[in-house]
Amino acid sequence: MSRRMAESRRAAALLVAALRAPERLPTLADEDWDLLLRIARHARLLGRLDADLGTLGLHARVPERVCHHLESARQQVAYRQRLLTWEVDRVLRALEGLDVQVVALKGVAYVLTGVPAARGRMFADVDLLVPMAALEPLEQRLHARGWLSLGHSEYDERYYRDWMHEIPPLRHAERDNEIDIHHRLLPRTSRFHFDPAPLFTASQALDGHGALRVLGAPDMVLHAVVHLFLEGDAREGLRLRDLVDVWDLIRHFEARTGFWDALLDRAEQLGLQRPLFHALRQAQSLFALEPPAHCRARLAGWGPVAPVRWLMDRLVPLALFPDHAGRAPLRVRLARLALYVRAHWLRMPSGLLLRHLGYKGWLRVRGWLMTGREEAARR
Amino acid sequence: MRIGDLSDGELARQVRARPGLDVRIGPFLVNLRLGLCEPLPLLQRMWHDYPLEPSAGIRDFHVSLDHNGWLRRWWRPQARFTVDGRSPFQPLAAAHHFPMLEWGLNWCVARRGHHLLMLHAAVLERGGRALILPGAPGAGKSTLCTALAHRGWRLLSDEFALVCPQYGRLLPLPRPIPLKNGSIGVIRDFAPEAEIGPAFTGTRKGTVAHVRPPSAAVARMDEPATPGWLVFPRWQAGADTQLEPLSRSDAFLLVASNAFNYELLGETGFITAARLVERCGCHTLSYSNLDEAIVRLGALAEAAA
Repeated sequence: MSRRMAESRRAAALLVAALRAPERLPTLADEDWDLLLRIARHARLLGRLDADLGTLGLHARVPERVCHHLESARQQVAYRQRLLTWEVDRVLRALEGLDVQVVALKGVAYVLTGVPAARGRMFADVDLLVPMAALEPLEQRLHARGWLSLGHSEYDERYYRDWMHEIPPLRHAERDNEIDIHHRLLPRTSRFHFDPAPLFTASQALDGHGALRVLGAPDMVLHAVVHLFLEGDAREGLRLRDLVDVWDLIRHFEARTGFWDALLDRAEQLGLQRPLFHALRQAQSLFALEPPAHCRARLAGWGPVAPVRWLMDRLVPLALFPDHAGRAPLRVRLARLALYVRAHWLRMPSGLLLRHLGYKGWLRVRGWLMTGREEAARR
Repeated sequence: MRIGDLSDGELARQVRARPGLDVRIGPFLVNLRLGLCEPLPLLQRMWHDYPLEPSAGIRDFHVSLDHNGWLRRWWRPQARFTVDGRSPFQPLAAAHHFPMLEWGLNWCVARRGHHLLMLHAAVLERGGRALILPGAPGAGKSTLCTALAHRGWRLLSDEFALVCPQYGRLLPLPRPIPLKNGSIGVIRDFAPEAEIGPAFTGTRKGTVAHVRPPSAAVARMDEPATPGWLVFPRWQAGADTQLEPLSRSDAFLLVASNAFNYELLGETGFITAARLVERCGCHTLSYSNLDEAIVRLGALAEAAA
């Protein structure tokens, strides 16, 4: 095993151990903290570690230099949460009087419902789900109140409107926050595409937030699952944070009687058995999340054939962790690429995929040629 | 042991091999690795007094400066700055290596130091009290700061006023001071004893040359200072030297709008900034003559002593 691979494994093991048993962090050696701080920051989980240490009252028992980074992460998380919940408040205000169901997704939903998944969670943008039929009046209203569309080219517009599950991101002229308005959870072209109507039926009102709603518990988990496996990124790989969301949400909701059965029923109804199977398998191996005995047989039947399962068991853990420093080992990069291709394959039919990747490739070549020309011009 | 105590060869070896060079700069512990050797002579001069921390376990930033791929080593050479393995900004011409390293460190501090309130300001100290000079670009902050640092004031920082939310003290971060364009000549004439590095032409800020932080300032970088004065300088060609009192409310607004992370810190930012302003004498300073400006600021310090 290369030195790089060995260090990358050690970093991943440290992060998993810290998430599973934050109470043991005070015993960590300085060299381990040095590695853990980097990988946790890249995985956007530093705020989460800080929150856990805070709950346990252990800040005084970790090195002072570490505390500075934790404090810094805490401030950043609080800032983003403040900023984005305010943005949601502004959106709701802009939509007053419009008869439309607005469902908060992901980070915003966790924060507003106060589930444990919200603790120390960093989020980049506001994700909202609205019925397709309401898109037109809603967009008109938001445009009129100062939100601008960030769809740059005609191609972008078409990409979003015809194929995707969201409209081009919006940003208010006076603020810097991005809002993603979804009309379904998966691209229209996706193999796992399903009718979003039942999501609205099962959604729940949020006290004190006007017309805002959140997904029902099983749907909230399934959305995190979908995000984990179907929103790939070739460079970054899968996001461990999405798996942590799945783990947190299940641990919180499983106290409700019948939650596991409801989750499995819902996965079946929406056709998301396979992604749920993979997510639970990873959550089990990394975080020891055990489905109850009576669900195991049903879950086992949802797996892929043995060779694919073998392959996924090897690829996913490699692709889940960000690099703590510099270039990732070759096999990690290959695993990320394979899962990215898989995610895209599931996202679009092959003809469309080729067209899309061809267009993106052309943009890169063109960008490269143009920088070359600019440099020459500067000379 | 300080960087300056290493031989050229030893410094080159440490900075190229794993685990790199562990250096303390103010409150921060930096792990540095260089993939190109061009910055070394200047680094040795400008970072001369920083202490080495060979047994450092936890570093705040792991930074490196490397060639941007094998091709860009020879063809239109470019260098890439990375922190913890990520490049926060586009590669730049390799000839601008040292300024890029310094900007990179600024980026690290500004993006990661939210346990402190960070103002965009120069800070100097006399008699234990800090003079804070917040400055918009072009206000002459670096020039005035360099001049004061060579006239009896201790340099805390040219770029960052690091304020501890808990006690309101200012933490020193003495770094090379980047002088731009015309100020290079001004300081050469004003303080011939100042050690100024080579000029880098054609950077995004024009021509830049660095002044080495005085050894005494680096040696005392663990001594914080209590807030003393907030002076908002404005250099204007031909202007008379005028040091005028400023109301605390105006000073507060100026401090808040000159901070890197005032908004991000929310309530902590508000309380820390308010306490800072309360403890400071607040003034504006317009000047064109450095000597006169320094006399006026010195008088402030003497009046307090």
